Amino acid sequence: MLLASETAAASGWFLAHAWLIPVIPAVAFFLIIFFGKRLPRGGSEIGIAAMLASLVIASGTAYQWIHLVGSTEHADAVSKTVTWFEIGSLKVGIGSRIDGLAMMLLFLVAFISTLVQIYSTEYVRGDRRYTHFFASLTLFSAGMLTMVLAPNMVQLILGWEIMGLCSFMLIGHWWEERANSEAALKAFWTVRVGDMGLLVGTGVLLALFGNLDISEINTKAAEFSGNHALLAFAAVALFIACIGKSGQFPLHTWLPDAMAGPTPVSSLLHSSTMVVAGVFLVARLYPVFHTGLDINIVGHHFNLIAIIGGITVLIAAGLAFVQNDIKKVLAYSTVSQLGYMMMGLGVGAWMPAVFHIFTHAFFKCCLFLCAGSVAHTGSHHSFDMKKDMGGLRKKMPITFGTWMISTAALCGVPFFSGFFSKDEIIDSAKGNDYKVFFVVGLIGAFMTTAYMTRATYLTFFGKARGGAAHFVGEHEDHSHEEAHDEGHDKADAHGHDDHHAPVVHGKPLSFAPDDSPWQITVPLMILGALALVAGYLNAAPFKIEKFHEWLHSSIGVEVPEAPKFEWLNAVPSILLVAAGFAVSLLICKAVFGEGNSPLKGLTQRNALLGAGHKFLVNKYYLDTLYEKVIVRSIAHPISAAAYWTNQHILDGIVNGVGKGGKKTGELVYKYIDQGLVDGVVNGSGTTATHAGGALQPVQSGKVNLYGALLFGAAAVGALVLVLVNS
Amino acid sequence: MIQEQQWLLSLGTFLPLAGVLVMLFIPKKDEAMAKGVALLTAVATLGVGIYTLVKFDYGQSQKLQFFTTNKWISPIKATYTIGLDGISLPLYILSMVITVLVMVYSWNHVPNPGNAKAFFILMLVLQVGMAGTFVAQDLILFFVFFELVLLPMYFMIGVWGGENRQYASLKFFLYTMFGSALMLVAFIAMFIVTKNHATNPDAANFSFQWFHANAPGIARNTAIWIFGGMFVGFAVKVPMFPFHTWLPDAHTQAPTQGSVILAAILLKLGTYGFVRIALPFLPQAAKTWAPIIAVLAVIGIIYGALGCLAQTDMKRLIAFSSVAHMGFVMLGISTLTPLGINAALFGMVAHGLITGMLFFVAGSVKERYHTLEIKRLSGMLKQVPHLGWILGFCAMASLGLPGLAGFWGEFPALLASWSPATILTDSAMGNHELLYRVLTVISAFGTVLAAGYLLWLYQRTAFGEPSEEFAAHGHDDHGHSDIHDVNVFEWIAWTPLLIGIVVLGVVPSLMFKVMDPAVQQLTSVFGK
Repeated sequence: MLLASETAAASGWFLAHAWLIPVIPAVAFFLIIFFGKRLPRGGSEIGIAAMLASLVIASGTAYQWIHLVGSTEHADAVSKTVTWFEIGSLKVGIGSRIDGLAMMLLFLVAFISTLVQIYSTEYVRGDRRYTHFFASLTLFSAGMLTMVLAPNMVQLILGWEIMGLCSFMLIGHWWEERANSEAALKAFWTVRVGDMGLLVGTGVLLALFGNLDISEINTKAAEFSGNHALLAFAAVALFIACIGKSGQFPLHTWLPDAMAGPTPVSSLLHSSTMVVAGVFLVARLYPVFHTGLDINIVGHHFNLIAIIGGITVLIAAGLAFVQNDIKKVLAYSTVSQLGYMMMGLGVGAWMPAVFHIFTHAFFKCCLFLCAGSVAHTGSHHSFDMKKDMGGLRKKMPITFGTWMISTAALCGVPFFSGFFSKDEIIDSAKGNDYKVFFVVGLIGAFMTTAYMTRATYLTFFGKARGGAAHFVGEHEDHSHEEAHDEGHDKADAHGHDDHHAPVVHGKPLSFAPDDSPWQITVPLMILGALALVAGYLNAAPFKIEKFHEWLHSSIGVEVPEAPKFEWLNAVPSILLVAAGFAVSLLICKAVFGEGNSPLKGLTQRNALLGAGHKFLVNKYYLDTLYEKVIVRSIAHPISAAAYWTNQHILDGIVNGVGKGGKKTGELVYKYIDQGLVDGVVNGSGTTATHAGGALQPVQSGKVNLYGALLFGAAAVGALVLVLVNS
Repeated sequence: MIQEQQWLLSLGTFLPLAGVLVMLFIPKKDEAMAKGVALLTAVATLGVGIYTLVKFDYGQSQKLQFFTTNKWISPIKATYTIGLDGISLPLYILSMVITVLVMVYSWNHVPNPGNAKAFFILMLVLQVGMAGTFVAQDLILFFVFFELVLLPMYFMIGVWGGENRQYASLKFFLYTMFGSALMLVAFIAMFIVTKNHATNPDAANFSFQWFHANAPGIARNTAIWIFGGMFVGFAVKVPMFPFHTWLPDAHTQAPTQGSVILAAILLKLGTYGFVRIALPFLPQAAKTWAPIIAVLAVIGIIYGALGCLAQTDMKRLIAFSSVAHMGFVMLGISTLTPLGINAALFGMVAHGLITGMLFFVAGSVKERYHTLEIKRLSGMLKQVPHLGWILGFCAMASLGLPGLAGFWGEFPALLASWSPATILTDSAMGNHELLYRVLTVISAFGTVLAAGYLLWLYQRTAFGEPSEEFAAHGHDDHGHSDIHDVNVFEWIAWTPLLIGIVVLGVVPSLMFKVMDPAVQQLTSVFGK
C-alpha cells in the first residue's frame, strides 16, 4: 500500500488526489442540506461549485493519466488508499484507484453533472424543495464518483447503494403524489432485488480470492484455474446486480417509471450515472465475467451477458414505439442502448462497449434535456407528444437542432458519435463469431432509427397540438384560453414533471419568445456539439484510436483484436438506419399527418395488430407479473400466513404452556405447597410460583438468598443432566 | 489480563445504585428533583464509562482489563470477578449512553400513570443489570445480573405499558425466566462436570477462567447437552425463531423508553451470552450446534421480514424487524469465523442504535397522533418534516445502507456465511458448506424484504398529504399545535444516536479495531 502511494505521488498531483473528486460533492451535500436554505440561490451555488471543482480535478486526472499512458509501456492502475477497516486477514481500504476506465467515467460524470446542475437552476426554479433537489443531485454524483474510483468491492458497493438512495429521493422528489412515491419505491426495490446478487457475488469473490481488492480479483480471475463453477456462480450473481441496476431484461421495468422524477434527474440517471453502473461493474471486473461465463471461447456462440443484452436491445426498442410520453421513449431507448453495451461486453467487445458508454452519455443526456426544454417552454409541462407537442422546430431552433444532432448520433448515422461506437459493437459481434448478436445489433439499429423518427416527427413536425399550439401561437380553440398572468411561475411552483398534470392553456410565455433560457440552451449546445464530435476519439474509419490507447489496460484480460474497419461492413447497418428512417417517416406521415390514410387507426381495426399493440402497451405484462403476482403474493398471502402461524401456532404453544404452567402451579400450590411447606424444591413446571417467590428477597436486597434459591432449584435439574450423560 | 484500576468497573456498574439510594429519600411529589438526581447519576455513570474508554488499552483489547477478582458466595464457589475486553467494551458503553438518552427523552415524556420517581429508579436499576452483565467474568455473577434486568423491565411494561400490558409483561417475564432456568441448569452442570474431571477439583469455581481452562475438555455428547441448555436461555433473550413470540407483545405494550432499552441493550444480552460463554467454553458443542443456529437464524431473517409485511401497527412492525436483524447477528455468530463474529458484534451495536432510534420515533409519533396505525398516518414529511426525515434516515440505516451503521452488521455476516469456519466444512465431520451457502443466498433475500417493509412503511406514513383526520390538528383555537415537530428534549436524546449511526457507518474501524483482537483470540479455539 505504501508502494502504491509512492507511485501515485510520482505520477502526478491529480492522480494522487483523485479521491477529492467524490469527496467534494459529498461534503457539498451536507453543506447544502444544513445551510442551503439560507443562501441566496438556495444551495444550488454550492452544488455547481462542487461539481465544477470535481470537474477540474477529474480533468487534471485525465490529463495526467493520458500523460502516464503516453510515457510508459504498461500503465498500471494508480492506487492510493488508506485502511478503512481490518478484520483478521481481511484488510479493506478506501481511496482511489485510477486507470483508463475510471478516468474516463470520472470526467464524464463530473462533466455531465455540472451541465445538469446548471440546467436545473432554471428547470426547477421555484420548486418547493429546490434545496433538497440540489442536495440529492450532488450526493448522487458523489455516489457514482465513489463507485467509479473504488479500489475494492466494498467501496464500490458503498457508491452503488448511495446512488440507489439518491435515485429514491430524486424519483420521488414530488412525493405528495402517490404515483411518484410508487415509482421511487419501485426503483429502489427492483434494484435492491438485483443487489442480492452483488452481496452474494462479493461473498463468493472473497471466498475464491481471499481479498476484495479489484486489481487483485482481476489479476487472479484472468489466470483462474480453480473451481470454475464457483467463479461462474460469482459472475452470474454479480451480473444479476447489473441487470437490476442497468435496467436489463427482465428487471428493466423500474426505469420507465423512474420518469416520474424531474427531467434533469432522468437525464443524469440515464446518461452517466446509475444505469451505467451495471455496465461499469461488468467492465470493471471483466476478467471475472470473461472467465466465469466463458466469453470468447471458440465454439461458444452464446453467453448470459450477450443473451440478456441482446434481448434487452430488442424488447426495449419495441416498447419505445408505443409510448406517448417523450421521456418514456427516451427511457426505453436508454434501456435498449444499455442492452447494446451489455451485448458488446458479452461478445468480447470491451472497448466498443465502453466507448458506447462514453458517446451515449452525451447524446442521451442532450436528448433528455431537450425533452425537458420542450416541456419547460414549449408544451406547458406536458410530456405527451400526441396531445401537447408538434411543430415546435421553428419556434425552438436550438432545442430542435441539438435534438436532431443527438438523434442522429443515437441512430448511428455515419460521422455522428454513436456511429463509431455502436457500429464497432455490431462489427465485433460478427468478428468474434457471435452471429446471432450481429443480427440483433442490426435489427436494433433499424428499430432505434424508426422509433426516434416517430418521436421527432411527433414533437417537432406536423401540426402543433395542445400546449404546443399555444406556444407556437396556432391555437384553434380560443374558448379554453384563460388569463394566465403568473404564467410560468405558477406552473412551476406546481412542479409536476409528469404528463398527468393538466395542461394549462395560456399565452406563449413572455420571457421565452423563441427558445428556452440560456441555462437550458447552453448545456444543450455543449452536449449537442459533443454528440457530434465525441466519436472521433476512437474513429475506426479514420484510424484514430486514442480512446483505445488510454483505456486498454483496464480490460484486464486478453480479448480478440477489433476487426479492421471496412466501409463495406458498415453498409448493412447504414442501409438499415436509412430504411428505418424512411419507413418510419412514411408511417408517421400517414398515421399522424393531416391526410386521410388507410393506416390510421389500423390497430383498432386489425385484431392481430391490435393484440400486438396491446401487448406492447402493457409492457409484455412483466409489470403485472411482478406487481400483481410476485410482490402481492409476498406482501399479502405469504406474509399473512407467516403471521398467522406466528400468532396461532407458535404463540399458541407459548400461551398454552403458560396456561398449563399456571394450572400446574395452582395444583401444586393447593396440594403440595400448602400441604408440605418445607417440601422438595419443585421442578420446572412452577417457574411462575418460584419466580414470584424469588422477587421479594431481591427487593429487600438479599441478592445472595435469591441466588441460592435459584441455584438450589437448578441444581436438581443439573444433577439429572449429569447423571443422564455420565 | 490487566489488573489496574480495579475499582473502575465496579464503580461504573454500581454507581447508579447510589443514585437510587438518594432518590429513595426524595418525596414522590418532587418530580423535578427525582428526575434531576437520576439524570445526574446516569451522566456521572457515563462519565465513568468515558473515563474507562480513555483508560482502556486498545493495543491489548484481547485481554481483560480493569480486572478484579474477589470472594463472593464461597459455599457455592461463586466469585466476584469482573473485567472488560474488546468484545464487551462497546456494549458496556452503549448501555450507559442509552440510559442517559432515554432519561433525557423521559424528562417530559413520563408515560401514564406518571410517578416519575419510580420510573427513573427502575431505569437506574436496569442500568446496573445491563452493565453488570457485560463486565461479569463469573457465571453466577453473570446470571444474577442477567436476571436483575428482568425485574425493572417487568414493572416498566406492567405498570407504564399499553392496554394489554399485564399479559405482555407476564409473558415477557415468564418466558425469559423459563429460558434462564435452563441456562442455569447448564451452568451448574458445566461446573459439576468440569469439577469432576479436573485434576485440581478443589480449585473449581464459577469464574470464566476456570471454564476457559476446563470446559473445552468436556466429552462431546455432554457438552452438546449443556450447550442446549444455554442455547435455550440465550435464544429466548435474543430472541431467535421460534422463541421470539414474547418480543412483539413486549415491545408493542412497553412504554417508548422500555422499547428502546429492550431493543438497544436487552436483546444483546442473549447474543453476548453466545459469544462470551457458549462458544468459547464449549467449542466442541458449538460445532454441532452452529448449523442449527444458522438455520434458525435465517428462518428468523425471512420470517421476521414476512411478519413485518403483515403488520398494520408501526411499533409492532419495528418489533418484528428486530427478529430479522437479530437473525443476521446470529448468522454471523454461527459461522464461527472472526469475520462473522465481528459482524455480529457490530450488528448488535448498530441494531441498538438504529432500532432504538426507530422506537423513539414510534413513541413520538404515538404521542402526536395518538395512534400507530400505518393506515391512518400519512404525510409526516409535510406535517412534521424533521420527524419524517429522521424516520427516513433510520429506515435507510435499518435496511443496511452502506455508509450507515447497519450495513456493517449485515454485509460481513453474509460474506462470512458463504465461507464458514473450516471445522464446519471439514468433510470428515459432516460438511455443511453447501448448507451455509444456501443460507447466504436466502438471507440476502432478507435484505430485499427489509427494503420492502421499511420503504413501504415510509411511503405510507411519510409521503403523500397529511390525512384529513390529522390535517386539522395543525393548530387549535389558541394557535397551539398539538402535532408539533421534534422538540428540544427529543433533539438532545436523538442527536447522539443519529451521529453514532453515521460515524460508525463511515468509520467502522472504530469498532472493528477494538473487537477484532478479542474475537481473533476467541475464535482461535475453532482452529484455522
